[in-house]
Amino acid sequence: MSTEATPAAADVEMYDADNPAPVIEAPRKRTKKTPKSTRTNFEMYGWLFMRLSGIVLVVLVLGHLLIQLVLDGGVSKIGFAFVAGRWASPFWQAWDLIMLWLAMLHGANGLRTVINDYAERANTRFWLKMLLYTATVFTVLLGSLVIFTFDPNIS
Amino acid sequence: MSTAIEDKVEAASKASPYITVTFRVRRFNPEVSAEATWQDFQVEIDPKERVLDGLHKIKWDLDGSLTFRRSCAHGICGSDAMRINGRNRLACKTLIKDINPEKPITIEPIKGLTVLKDLVVDMEPFFQAYRDVMPFLITKGNEPTRERLQSAEDRERFDDTTKCILCAACTSSCPVFWNDGQYFGPAAIVNAHRFIFDSRDEAGEQRLEILNDKDGVWRCRTTFNCTDACPRGIEVTKAIQEVKRALITRRF
Ligand code: HEM
Ligand code: SF4
Ligand code: FES
Repeated sequence: MSTEATPAAADVEMYDADNPAPVIEAPRKRTKKTPKSTRTNFEMYGWLFMRLSGIVLVVLVLGHLLIQLVLDGGVSKIGFAFVAGRWASPFWQAWDLIMLWLAMLHGANGLRTVINDYAERANTRFWLKMLLYTATVFTVLLGSLVIFTFDPNIS
Repeated sequence: MSTAIEDKVEAASKASPYITVTFRVRRFNPEVSAEATWQDFQVEIDPKERVLDGLHKIKWDLDGSLTFRRSCAHGICGSDAMRINGRNRLACKTLIKDINPEKPITIEPIKGLTVLKDLVVDMEPFFQAYRDVMPFLITKGNEPTRERLQSAEDRERFDDTTKCILCAACTSSCPVFWNDGQYFGPAAIVNAHRFIFDSRDEAGEQRLEILNDKDGVWRCRTTFNCTDACPRGIEVTKAIQEVKRALITRRF
């Protein structure tokens, strides 16, 4: 048996038994300051919403992509007239409205999960989420406004 | 002694089962350096032996400062979960021949917990989560004068999750736990499952409420790392999903 050691790590002996190096804390280690349980079903409803909206989104999004990109000559047909034609029917208005709301809330909740996972400092998490919620509310409201007030005869 | 026997002994020693294996160990000693480094050890060992035997050879013959936990050496105490060739396993249940000894075998501490020295991590957050789910029988009313009886089917319901040895291989293989130690982690949920589905226990509701929290079961993303890691073959992800289902059916 022989030992084939890689070169010793510390050239400069900065640490010793009385002065050990700081150990790397696990990310957001559970401490006494950890917030107490919330006692709501919010996360459960969030989880259920991701699955249920996902199922509906399969139909809405795939249908949407099919109509927009494949059928009837593909993307080249999309123009003001095409959109105006589809939104003349309450069916397509409802389709797009539901798709807008579900995709936005689904995507926002998904990104909330991602932020909760990856942002380590409480402040970073808070502001990232505020940015996310602002963007979501803005997009949902603007989209809804357009669908409801769309005027095909706009000059 | 007859020469026949001597020949036999000689032949046996010629066909030595020993091979030279490189163990590449992640070393960390806060009393020397703030950096963790890789160190290679060449060990002559029978490939039918286990990684733990290799670590013993290193510690006993090559470098006594190598620090790791082990107790039973037979897959029962759960002390020696470590990251071997990038996967969480028990060193005492991993045969060297099964993990390609031609190449260096990498050995690291499990992830997501604070490394104290070499392969030893601070298990406290892990056991805190375990304690939080109240892993003991809770009943109401008077103590029965004899044992609490249970049918074979009722026992079968939570059989899988009774096998846990609290090695932390699952929890420290979970990417959600790596990023956020607040998550209870698979092991705590497995041990809650063991009592939630026990017909003799009466605090299932309380445990479900604890795991309904924002750092409870809903953080699980079904990556199946825990099921892959479990040295006891527990279907960890399935147990977590069963707790989720119990929470949902309880509400609706
Ligand atoms: C096409 C149908 C879709 C289905 C079936 C679906 C399904 C799901 C499910 C079940 C989850 C939860 C995953 C988990 O908890 O582990 C999820 C997460 C997520 N979804 Fe969707 N989704 C769909 C469409 C969309 C769309 C259109 C968006 C974007 C607007 C989106 C954005 C996200 C994001 C950001 C996450 C979080 C990712 C993560 O947790 O790592 N999804 N999706
Ligand atoms: S469930 Fe399996 S991997 Fe997790 S702590 Fe228990 S024995 Fe170890
Ligand atoms: S030493 Fe006890 S489980 Fe491996």
